Amino acid sequence: MAINKISAPRATPRVYIALALAAIAWWIAYTILQPLAEFVAYNILALERGSHLGEAVAFFLYDVPKILLLLSAMIFFITIIRTFFSPERTRQLLGGRRVGIGNVLAAMLGIVTPFCSCSAVPLFIGFVESGIPLGVTFSFLIAAPVINEVAVVLLFGLFGWRVAALYIASGLTIAIFAGIVIGRLNLERYVEDFVWQLQFTAAPDESGKLTWDERITRAINAVRQIVGKVWLYVVIGIAVGAGIHGYVPTDALAEVMGKSAWWSVPIAVLIGIPLYSNAAGIIPIVSALIEKGASLGTALAFMMAVVGLSLPEMIILRRVLKPQLIAIFIGVVGIAIILTGYLFNLVM
Amino acid sequence: MLKIKVLGSGCANCHKVEALAKQAIAQLGVEAQVELVTDLQTILRYGVMSTPGIVINDQVVSTGRVPAPSQITTMITNAL
Repeated sequence: MAINKISAPRATPRVYIALALAAIAWWIAYTILQPLAEFVAYNILALERGSHLGEAVAFFLYDVPKILLLLSAMIFFITIIRTFFSPERTRQLLGGRRVGIGNVLAAMLGIVTPFCSCSAVPLFIGFVESGIPLGVTFSFLIAAPVINEVAVVLLFGLFGWRVAALYIASGLTIAIFAGIVIGRLNLERYVEDFVWQLQFTAAPDESGKLTWDERITRAINAVRQIVGKVWLYVVIGIAVGAGIHGYVPTDALAEVMGKSAWWSVPIAVLIGIPLYSNAAGIIPIVSALIEKGASLGTALAFMMAVVGLSLPEMIILRRVLKPQLIAIFIGVVGIAIILTGYLFNLVM
Repeated sequence: MLKIKVLGSGCANCHKVEALAKQAIAQLGVEAQVELVTDLQTILRYGVMSTPGIVINDQVVSTGRVPAPSQITTMITNAL
């Protein structure tokens, strides 16, 4: 294939030296961030320590570069991993799997398979046409957007690894559970009829044949593209978050979004479904809400509803799914997210 | 003449690839025709499950990503 020839002439040692230098620069930048942010806020801008404005500015100056650094590193590594996978390969891996194991595998592959919701339709058809059960296909389609690298990095950066791990675990559980339920309901009749008549032979899978140069080049491109796309959301999100951090009194939200307000979880999910935002914009705000008394379960349920059930994706999927199946899909996933929200509120 | 097809559902990335392909052609000065294909049936006939895809003279050369401009140039010169 033509693709393999592309980066072959490039000198590999140079790439590795550049990567090593980048890693060192990254580490230095990450280490000096906090003192630097405080120095700028309190010395250069001469803001008063402990004042509302000072707190907000220091928070902003520290968090924005921290998140962007974490994001760059994470996208680089996940893209390297993803060059070993492709929708074609995932399709092969899922072919002939039983329900249950198939759902678990599909949800996990949802994390590592490169996927953009704009190709949800051809991917859906490719999966279903090759005999992958509907429920298994849905496990993949739920896990892929919910557990995305941007969400995981932001949760890690703002809440620590425990919350990030919990988020991944619950995203997987929701995808597996909802996929199994949808599979059990035998909803094949609600897939648009034309889907079953299409001819489809998958293009050959190239993911195993790439050179390391090519994988690294792709990863660097992905960092550029994704950070280029989300940095503004991160800045705005953290600015709003910083404002809340500095100005809204602690526990102001405890009554409406705290654990005691049982109705807050379903309401958060209902509000979250029609909202469309990427994780980058929503998480900094969510983190500020939590700090002010909103409970973690409620906030995470809200976030999952925003990234996992988005209106644009439903409109795209409407081309292959009848409205009944879209409704069942939203219903099952919505209920799963609500249950997860309650579970978090219960255990955290 | 080269026939380049960009397969995609009309998302932002697909338009980006289309623009990059046109740029590469202009730069190389080759005679080629770039077409954005949004028809699902056609996309699937090439076996493409992840868009944007690039097809040069009926050969799928890239799927599921926006290649760097230099890579698109190489894909085109390889097909000449």
